[in-house]
Amino acid sequence: MDRYINAPIDNEIVNSLKAGDCVYITGTIYTARDAAHKRMYEAIKNGENIPFELKNNIIYYLGPSPAREGQVIGSAGPTTSSRMDKYTPLLLEHGLKGMIGKGKRSDNVIESMYKNNAVYFAAIGGAGALLSKCIKKAEVIAYDDLGTEAIRKLEVENLPAIVVIDNKKNNMYESHK
Amino acid sequence: MREVSTDEITKNIKEMCIEANYILSDDVKNKIINSAAVENSEIGKKILSQLEENMEIAEREQIPICQDTGMAVVFIKVGQEVHITGGNLEDAINQGVREGYTEGYLRKSVVKDPLIRENTKDNTPAIIHYEIVQGDKVEITVAPKGFGSENMSRVCMLKPADGIEGVKNAVIETVKLAGPNACPPVVVGVGIGGTFEKCALLAKKALTRDINSESSIEYVAELEKELLDEINNLNIGPGGLGGKITALGVNIETYPTHIAGLPVAINMCCHVNRHKKRIL
Repeated sequence: MDRYINAPIDNEIVNSLKAGDCVYITGTIYTARDAAHKRMYEAIKNGENIPFELKNNIIYYLGPSPAREGQVIGSAGPTTSSRMDKYTPLLLEHGLKGMIGKGKRSDNVIESMYKNNAVYFAAIGGAGALLSKCIKKAEVIAYDDLGTEAIRKLEVENLPAIVVIDNKKNNMYESHK
Repeated sequence: MREVSTDEITKNIKEMCIEANYILSDDVKNKIINSAAVENSEIGKKILSQLEENMEIAEREQIPICQDTGMAVVFIKVGQEVHITGGNLEDAINQGVREGYTEGYLRKSVVKDPLIRENTKDNTPAIIHYEIVQGDKVEITVAPKGFGSENMSRVCMLKPADGIEGVKNAVIETVKLAGPNACPPVVVGVGIGGTFEKCALLAKKALTRDINSESSIEYVAELEKELLDEINNLNIGPGGLGGKITALGVNIETYPTHIAGLPVAINMCCHVNRHKKRIL
């Protein structure tokens, strides 16, 4: 089923999404990958603030290539989600509602998504040029020193993704087998 | 002796890094386009058509095909009748990578130390494989390698008694374990024989071979076909969401090995299987 949703997303939207749905996401999302996850995880553990409010937000696992003059962003496809698995449950406990990446998630993450009512989307791996066209604004908001791994606030328009794991543990990577 | 300057090497490496990341070679490009007709899953067809669109946008608007523009793997065959002039060859190669990744707006994905993890900010150093060969030419292959698929690669030290069945199992098992993580449709490079490190190098080299070519050894060529069929019956499919096109090709390279061993390496590569070759 094709769905058009606006980010950030609330529980009602999460409840309405089913594994297998094709979604087009419009609104504000944030990028973070390995190094930014490690920093946010450690900050939360130490009781420090993190660069953006997790509640109801979506994180896109992305480290873009540099933008040319006149471009909003360079190539911007998803990276492998499983590397973030170690850090993800803590972020979900703090309100994170959605993640966009590619590839499998650990049982811990799936369990935490179930408990905290969240959804996991896959974007097409290796389609970075196509996906970059859906990004209308990009701004580094934190961890600038991490280069491509810095946290970026993105305004996206109809970013295509597929619900792979929903809040009821339905997993499209498993179910088609 | 024929002279080749380090400046010429730097210039060519730079151009190849950029070209490889914007335009796939025809063999891989056509395979992706043609496979849409064979795919039977609806979502698989959709993903393959989006990959085609992605390649068109990349070429037209000069956006890298994938944001992971890779670690630069360079194979360089230097003819023994060639004299390299103007400086150090390794420095020349790394300078080419530096210029290519900076001027080509490619992502800098290399960290200086595997545990301290500070970005080198220019994508150097390259991974360089030298070979001294006959003749007076320099053959350079640049193959930027993304790590989504690299991380799903494996080396298996099989026993001679495991035989061809053992090799097949190792390859199929690796593709299954990689699943959606390696960005299918994948290209599978396999190295059989040699030593621990030699088979891994063979597997990497196999990925730089034309996807439509087959091994010159008859039984190996058959194994390539058989494995491709088996992989495409696993129903992993484009994006790992089910379908027939899990792999675009399987390339195998072999080498003599020890009486006690049967090393096998499987180097997974995503559909953005980049490789450019030039002869100077």
